[in-house]
Amino acid sequence: MSSGYKESFSIVAGDFASAGEVSARIKIILRMIGIDPAIIRRVSIAAYEAELNMIIHSFGGEMTLKIDSGSIHIDCVDTGPGIEDIEMAMKEGFSTASPDIQMMGFGAGMGLPNIKKNSDEMEIRSDPGGTHLHLKFNIV
Amino acid sequence: MNTYFHSVRLDRDKCKGCTNCIKHCPTEAIRVRNGKAQIIPERCIDCGECIRICPYHAKIAYTDPFSDIGRFKYKIALPAPTLYGQFKNLSSIGRVVMGLRLMGFDDVYEVARGADIVSCAIRERLACKDNLPVISSACPAIVRLIQVRFPNLINNIIDLKSPMEVAAIAAKREFAQKHGVNESDIGAFFITPCPAKVTSIKNPDGIEKSRVDGAFSVIDIYGLLASQLKKPGVVTIEGPTASVYGVGWANSGGEAIAAGIQNYLAVDGIVNVIKVLEEIENMKLSDLQFFEGLACPGGCVGGPLTFENPFVARARIRALSSKIKNAEPSCEYARPYIDDGSVLLSQPIEARPVMKIDGDMLTAMRKLEQIEEITARLPGLDCGSCGSPSCRAMAEDIVRGDAKEIDCIFKLRDKVTSLAEQMVELIGRDKKEK
Repeated sequence: MSSGYKESFSIVAGDFASAGEVSARIKIILRMIGIDPAIIRRVSIAAYEAELNMIIHSFGGEMTLKIDSGSIHIDCVDTGPGIEDIEMAMKEGFSTASPDIQMMGFGAGMGLPNIKKNSDEMEIRSDPGGTHLHLKFNIV
Repeated sequence: MNTYFHSVRLDRDKCKGCTNCIKHCPTEAIRVRNGKAQIIPERCIDCGECIRICPYHAKIAYTDPFSDIGRFKYKIALPAPTLYGQFKNLSSIGRVVMGLRLMGFDDVYEVARGADIVSCAIRERLACKDNLPVISSACPAIVRLIQVRFPNLINNIIDLKSPMEVAAIAAKREFAQKHGVNESDIGAFFITPCPAKVTSIKNPDGIEKSRVDGAFSVIDIYGLLASQLKKPGVVTIEGPTASVYGVGWANSGGEAIAAGIQNYLAVDGIVNVIKVLEEIENMKLSDLQFFEGLACPGGCVGGPLTFENPFVARARIRALSSKIKNAEPSCEYARPYIDDGSVLLSQPIEARPVMKIDGDMLTAMRKLEQIEEITARLPGLDCGSCGSPSCRAMAEDIVRGDAKEIDCIFKLRDKVTSLAEQMVELIGRDKKEK
């Protein structure tokens, strides 16, 4: 018998038609498990931003949701091209998104700052071969 | 156990067990079991989508019998502004008021006047709210939707009563004062375009008890009222009437406009409202001041218990509005009701989480895994033939112990095929042995 829950979702680069579907699915899963609504809200916001980041900036990858009795983990692993300057990317309003993408209402430079604000722990590792974002949310 | 009143019900004899309602229920609250629809009471928000969609009229709304007005010495009708849009060639709103009087009501208090009071109250309350956007409390189906699906947004709901409740309070108080009678001898009856309002009278949220004593549907009184309207007679309306803005609450956006809000978003149709509430919950619309969500297409004019096409009704209300004397809601008239707190909700609106599959988190996670496994085995056609709205919902029902995998007709077909093959094989072996 497993003592937790795990599910992975693939995210395709540039697939704006599906944007938000993975984070919406995660929200439904958390609701069914009975996680506190205030935590669900934070996870959804962070997961949405991370999902959008992967669609806009990466070559695609996978988002994995893991839940155990004490915490929720989200791992986003993509195949590149990596974040050039993580410190800059963490600044509110800094964006490398193209004008086309900004026209769609994305790329306001709030993604990573919003993710950090809504998660309890955030780790990010990046090189040209890909980015790994790990998020942890405590279940009180 | 506390049983929850629902206006939306099933007429078992008329139900053919088709899949129309299960596919259209926004909260997946209906299943077809043993050839008949069943409503899951905890999930139903009484929006009435199933009433609108059922081709056999097997989904019905409980409303009170008209004879109920006899329970009170004095009877006041509270017509929803939607009622005005139901009649062809109606010369004025005053005729509807007269028609209702002829039906046996001692007085008529327009719910649109209650809307005028609430409009003034919103203007004042909005200034001191910091959970943005502030969400309208007017549509009871949307309030219930938020309770079951968006508990994070409960604090965004404005803490004001609906125009119907405020109308009942004002109607009784003013009638009692004018005629020197007891308020307890007065019955106030709402003429409703929707079942959610009926539920909100019998089982209110945010207040202990409704001041409305009963509700009749627009469609039920339509015939009787229409025949009164044909009678020749002088139209007289006593006292002040509702403003153009109060009457405008019948349409989507009418509330925000009446309250004079510039930065608002009005959305009608429950599926559309769900999508926008998801965005609000994800903090994507926090620059918005006011959100008006109405479950029915076009707003209350699209209620499932109305008679006329909502677009026609809206056009008629617009035409009638041009004849209304009072352009602006009178906030002077509203003042006493705002100052004494009559317009305020007196209790918190509570969350009713119905989405979780188990009270224990670890068990819920195990069940969720099972749901994923079963969903992967199902055909994914979402045909509804099993009686659940989608393959995923069916997988959930199986895990809850409420359905079996073999209820899926494709699973059944596979099973029959494999049984048939086994039989053929058995017969073949039998022949060889002989």
